[in-house]
Amino acid sequence: MHDPDAVTWRFHDLGDTAMLVTSESVDLLVNQLVLALADTLAALALPGVQVVVPAINSALIRYDPAMLTAADLRAHVQRVLVRLKPVPATPARVVAVPVRYGGADGPDLADVAATLGISPAEVIRLHCGQVYRVMMIGFAPGYPYAGPLPPALHVPRRSTPRTQVPRGSVAIAAGLTGIYPAPLPGGWHVIGRTTLELFDPYADQPCLLQAGDGVQFVVLDEQPQR
Amino acid sequence: MSAVLRVDQPGALCSVQDRGRIGAARYGVPASGAMDQFARAVANRLLDNPADAAVLEVTAGNASFTLLAATPLAITGADLQATLQGWRMPLWTVVQGLAGMRLRFGQRTAAWGGRAYIAVPGGFDVPLVLGSRSTYLAGGFGGFAGRMLRAGDVLAARPPRGDTTLLLGRTWPESARPGYQACPTLRIIRGPHADLFTPATHARLTGTRLLVSRSSNRMGFRLEGVPSLLPVAPVSIPSLGVLPGVVQVPPDGQPILLMADAQTTGGYPIIGVVIDADLPLAAQLLPGDALQFVVVDLAIATAARSQMQRWLAALPVSDAQDGLCGAPI
Repeated sequence: MHDPDAVTWRFHDLGDTAMLVTSESVDLLVNQLVLALADTLAALALPGVQVVVPAINSALIRYDPAMLTAADLRAHVQRVLVRLKPVPATPARVVAVPVRYGGADGPDLADVAATLGISPAEVIRLHCGQVYRVMMIGFAPGYPYAGPLPPALHVPRRSTPRTQVPRGSVAIAAGLTGIYPAPLPGGWHVIGRTTLELFDPYADQPCLLQAGDGVQFVVLDEQPQR
Repeated sequence: MSAVLRVDQPGALCSVQDRGRIGAARYGVPASGAMDQFARAVANRLLDNPADAAVLEVTAGNASFTLLAATPLAITGADLQATLQGWRMPLWTVVQGLAGMRLRFGQRTAAWGGRAYIAVPGGFDVPLVLGSRSTYLAGGFGGFAGRMLRAGDVLAARPPRGDTTLLLGRTWPESARPGYQACPTLRIIRGPHADLFTPATHARLTGTRLLVSRSSNRMGFRLEGVPSLLPVAPVSIPSLGVLPGVVQVPPDGQPILLMADAQTTGGYPIIGVVIDADLPLAAQLLPGDALQFVVVDLAIATAARSQMQRWLAALPVSDAQDGLCGAPI
């Protein structure tokens, strides 16, 4: 467990209307700091800051350069970073996601299990075994990148993505787990499916899962596994 | 709220757009909005519309509309041979249309241009979704029923501000527009992963006339014409936030320029980012068009953007005869 003050942050201009704040390292603590940075900047509501998008080990800040110079924005962010505390290790809000694993709902479950050298039932047990942090929302509206998965569940992305996976597909890849909110191309391994609605653009809160939330997968219905 | 025009032929892609929903990026929702934000802003300025008023984006041409009410109109962006009741429609100018008149777009005959914008007083009346009237096509929400416009669609206008007869004849001087042209030079700022590429690779990116491939749309332009731009070593970058203007390099080495409907995050190395002032130039490109990149620094980017903001604040002028009056040089 390392020290928040030891994290090195770098600033990059992403064009002239956005700035990227990135950590050299990639780990859970860095993501907890990134989430805290996004929360703090949102609360500060600096005039000219339009949106802050936290990601695995970075935060994107879109700003209006007519209201705020890049230099001033960097100075504001540096002041925040100096006294930044990570979000608590236990997410304040945990959403239970019921999943039908395997069968037609999880066409990749058997292959993933074979690749990992464990049984499909063990994959399910591990996937449900802890609360994961939603480290970022991206790729598509409402798509959560949650993790980190235990090393026993680490598989690379599919060599050939599917042109479309069904809405609600629950997937894993590269130490993360995600849920497809809509029919979308999918490069991750689909191990199950949920009927929960992940994204509704008309709702007061459009995303069921937001960056910083916890997600707990729960077996809804066990398909017989060999 | 009253019906103002009907779509007879939408052309390649016609959709309702406004300044976009930047704040929705936290939800994984792209900003969308007009591809050419400057042309959109001018169309609204000409009509004294609020900055968030919605316009129609016409792509490539071959579109036609029927006016259902008398209304001032402003068309900005590309010259796609717009005619009103058969007469050539002056662009970047407020013109009075009458009920029953046909507004037609042909194809581009000029050297450049891909997108034109139709604005009416008050802006087009569609519901706000996530704070914007822009259409997010891939997501199926926003704009007109979340989709591109089709023959038979009827659009209404929101109430205008003030007396619309005072708008007629207002025009926007050519001297206060971006450098629209064939094969535009897009100024880029070095990307956060620029160091992953060799100087020779950077030279190839900026020294080559690139082409917008057929695999291009509102999400982004896949660029061709340059030998593979691979980083010095295969690289795995954790997903990070991106925005329109980002030039990313996927594993096949062919760069992609992200545009209005681009995903909010990506995992490919970013070699450069087109400056905000030059996004309107990129927005006017169609598949088959050429472009070139040149690297600039933040100071140049900021100055160029400030100049455009000054134009938007100072103009338009109220009488076509005084076209150059008050235009900053």
